[in-house]
Amino acid sequence: MEAEKFSVTAVASSNTPESQFTLDVLLRKRRSLRRELLQNPNLIDLRIAILGGSTTNEFAEFLEILLLAEGFRCEFYQSEYGKYFEDAVFETSRLSEFKPDIVHVHTSSLNIRSFPPVSATEADFQSAIASELSRFETIWQALTSKLNCQIVQNNFELPPHRVLGNLDATSLGGRSHFIAQLNLEFARKSRDIRQLLIHDLHALAASLGDDRWFDPQRWFSYKIPITAEANLAMARSLTSMVRAIYGRSRKCLVLDLDNTLWGGVIGDDGPDNIVIGRETPVAEAYTAFQEYCLALRERGILLAVCSKNDESIARQGFQHPDSVLKLNHFSAFVANWEPKHENLIRIAKQLNIGLNSLVFVDDNPAERAIVAAQLPIVAVPDVGSDVTLFPQRIEGGRYFETVALSAEDIRRADAYADNARRDAFQSQFRDYGEYLDSLKMTAEIDAFKPAYLERITQLTNKTNQFNLTTKRYTQAEIQSIASSSEYVTLYGRLSDSFGDHGLVSVIIGRIDGAELHLDLWLMSCRVLKRGMESAMLDKLTSLAKESGIGTLRGYYYRTPKNEMVRGHYKEMGFECISDEAESSVWKLHLDGKYVNRNNHISVSGNDQR
Amino acid sequence: MTSDNLLERLQPIFRDVLDQPSLTITTESSGHNVEGWDSLAHINLVSAIEQEFKIRFALGELQDLKNVGDMIELMRAKIGK
Repeated sequence: MEAEKFSVTAVASSNTPESQFTLDVLLRKRRSLRRELLQNPNLIDLRIAILGGSTTNEFAEFLEILLLAEGFRCEFYQSEYGKYFEDAVFETSRLSEFKPDIVHVHTSSLNIRSFPPVSATEADFQSAIASELSRFETIWQALTSKLNCQIVQNNFELPPHRVLGNLDATSLGGRSHFIAQLNLEFARKSRDIRQLLIHDLHALAASLGDDRWFDPQRWFSYKIPITAEANLAMARSLTSMVRAIYGRSRKCLVLDLDNTLWGGVIGDDGPDNIVIGRETPVAEAYTAFQEYCLALRERGILLAVCSKNDESIARQGFQHPDSVLKLNHFSAFVANWEPKHENLIRIAKQLNIGLNSLVFVDDNPAERAIVAAQLPIVAVPDVGSDVTLFPQRIEGGRYFETVALSAEDIRRADAYADNARRDAFQSQFRDYGEYLDSLKMTAEIDAFKPAYLERITQLTNKTNQFNLTTKRYTQAEIQSIASSSEYVTLYGRLSDSFGDHGLVSVIIGRIDGAELHLDLWLMSCRVLKRGMESAMLDKLTSLAKESGIGTLRGYYYRTPKNEMVRGHYKEMGFECISDEAESSVWKLHLDGKYVNRNNHISVSGNDQR
Repeated sequence: MTSDNLLERLQPIFRDVLDQPSLTITTESSGHNVEGWDSLAHINLVSAIEQEFKIRFALGELQDLKNVGDMIELMRAKIGK
């Protein structure tokens, strides 16, 4: 597509229609824009009939510009105001003369005729649904029998007034409830009728919100029920459907690495120190973005890496235990020091797809700018540098719209396996143990590892409640303890059927002859009452025995916040040596009689025992 | 903002929306004497003006306006000064 070179707005770090054709630009410049865009010699002709339940001119003019920018020259047929039904059913010959490629039934909840009365019974409700549905079925029937075209039917947004309040969503006489049901019926029909696609007005209106969507004044003045902003949103959405209908949706998400897929610079910080996982808010945000990318892959979007890095180091990022994305998720992996636009060409060749199939995501505005300038046909959304916003910025471009999911699209059954696991979750249990078993908890408990030292340090400094000694450590101290033979160290990670809790527990034991002094034992409160402390003690005991330890010695130092673990060592079977107001000392003999306490968590570690 | 200033700021909006780069509007301009200012263009003009000046014309306010001069007076009241 060549259209981009006709754009009037020079954009620094983005080249998308959202950034070029803003509401301001479209309200003012659409006629001159239209003239400019029509100069493109490679336009495809497209005929669209808009059968409107409201005045559709503004919508059609926005749509025309957006489609021109995508390489489509449109001719429109617009029904007279509100004559969508008559045009489809009685004026079919006029419509068929127009020979539309696409008929857009541009209706909204204002066009619903047979809302049930507030006092509706189940029978009233069903009959109202049947009557409304049959009106639209008549339209679809007329169109499919006489025209060979794609039908794009709006579903219904929630009404601007919910007179029953919250009950509007549940009562048989509620309009919101009626619309929800009607939308389900439309969805069902669209699965049955091959030519019928549903344009999800409901989601679109919800995403803008009532105040930015509805405009009663424009309704009374011009019979346009929505704001210009809403009309533009609808035109953008429909444009993406047209692209999908003509197989022009994008196919591949190309991702930068440092500060895009993880926090930090892997070449400087080292593979163990990139920010990813569940341990900090920032790490969680990068993990969430990786999960979003993986979700796209699972619906058939290819993933590729385009990064300025040494390839061997870049690859190590995906071996980080917390990386959701693994190397095998990427269909192309290019990491070197060449300019990114050259690497994007390489990636497109490697995958045998057009450059116009690529969406490039990079937190660095300079990289985005050069790609947007050098390769205008690659979509470069302005994702900014805040990872929390990446998914919505990508979603905003509607790049990956599709009209149907093919078998190849849904390549992986993993997602379904997850759902099956959740379905098996019961809500009633004989006892707490059965509940714990149902969580299918698995833990990884092992001696400190380099990748976890930062998280461990952080936990020692922020855990206040389940913390026996509240001893704080610097990262340097943790590092030296990790590599010292005078200490027995343990970290514990816990997952369950609902997800990964990350690294949640730490024990540091100092070896003194045949005794192990427990300088630190802490646990994150998010996994209280899961039996994780028992699993930790089991592992500690077995490691200690291996090191020739005969006794564990535990300390409790009271703080204003750690009352909850005053009785911890007692519960763990330790014997009290001294008990004072501010502290207590405990010991446990490891004389072969130790019986494992954990019954509910399946434990793994590098060195299995 | 004076009436003259407003007229000056309206000028490019009319030129853009009506796509007539050399159009000159005056306080006397109206749908009767400006080419292309039909009812659809009118909606476009009002939407563009509302967007540019961040104002809203209330229902019914526009139907009594005779020309651009009247519109400017109405806008001055909304913009305040």
